Amino acid sequence: MPSAEEIRQRIEAAIPGAQAEVEDWTGGGDHFKATVTAQAFAGRNRIEQHRLVYEVFGEEIGGPIHALSLSTHVPE
Amino acid sequence: MSENDFANTATDTPAAGETNQIREAIEQAIEQNQTILFMKGTPEAPACGFSARTVAALKELQAPFAAVDILPDPRIRQELSAISNWPTIPQLFVAGELVGGCDIVMEMYESGELAQTLGLDRAPAHATPTQ
Repeated sequence: MPSAEEIRQRIEAAIPGAQAEVEDWTGGGDHFKATVTAQAFAGRNRIEQHRLVYEVFGEEIGGPIHALSLSTHVPE
Repeated sequence: MSENDFANTATDTPAAGETNQIREAIEQAIEQNQTILFMKGTPEAPACGFSARTVAALKELQAPFAAVDILPDPRIRQELSAISNWPTIPQLFVAGELVGGCDIVMEMYESGELAQTLGLDRAPAHATPTQ
């Protein structure tokens, strides 16, 4: 099962210019909360922004990553 | 279209025909209900925190909504995610379009956008939903 650090790294690697903060929400290694700020989100609605992040993990969402709660932002 | 239509689809042998039946039932439900929430459990007894919070927001706004429990059959979630291109549950659809999951619905609830999207005149009585 991934760690919060690994999830953070994967988001930042996959979305150019992204800054992510990831917490292991329950301490159990499968429920994460990520706050992601990226220029790539500009001009996209929330659904599209969240999809960009979920797509990094594909099939893992709902599997080894049981839950990934997202908060996405465009840098000011 | 009601939740029973999902429960009644045949489950003896998995076959492309039956999966398409589920897909069609989901598509019809989305089309035929102005507001529909695909969730774990029921609005009276949500089976997960994310679904519970999403239902609470809709109830706080006194919004009418249809609800489908995805737990009885794993194919519901599978087909739903294929249709919506969204991997998590719950999923809220309004006027045939995916509005979002728990995170998005809660953000929109707090900003007032959810009431607007649901076509409700009134503002929420409280700023944040009671848990």
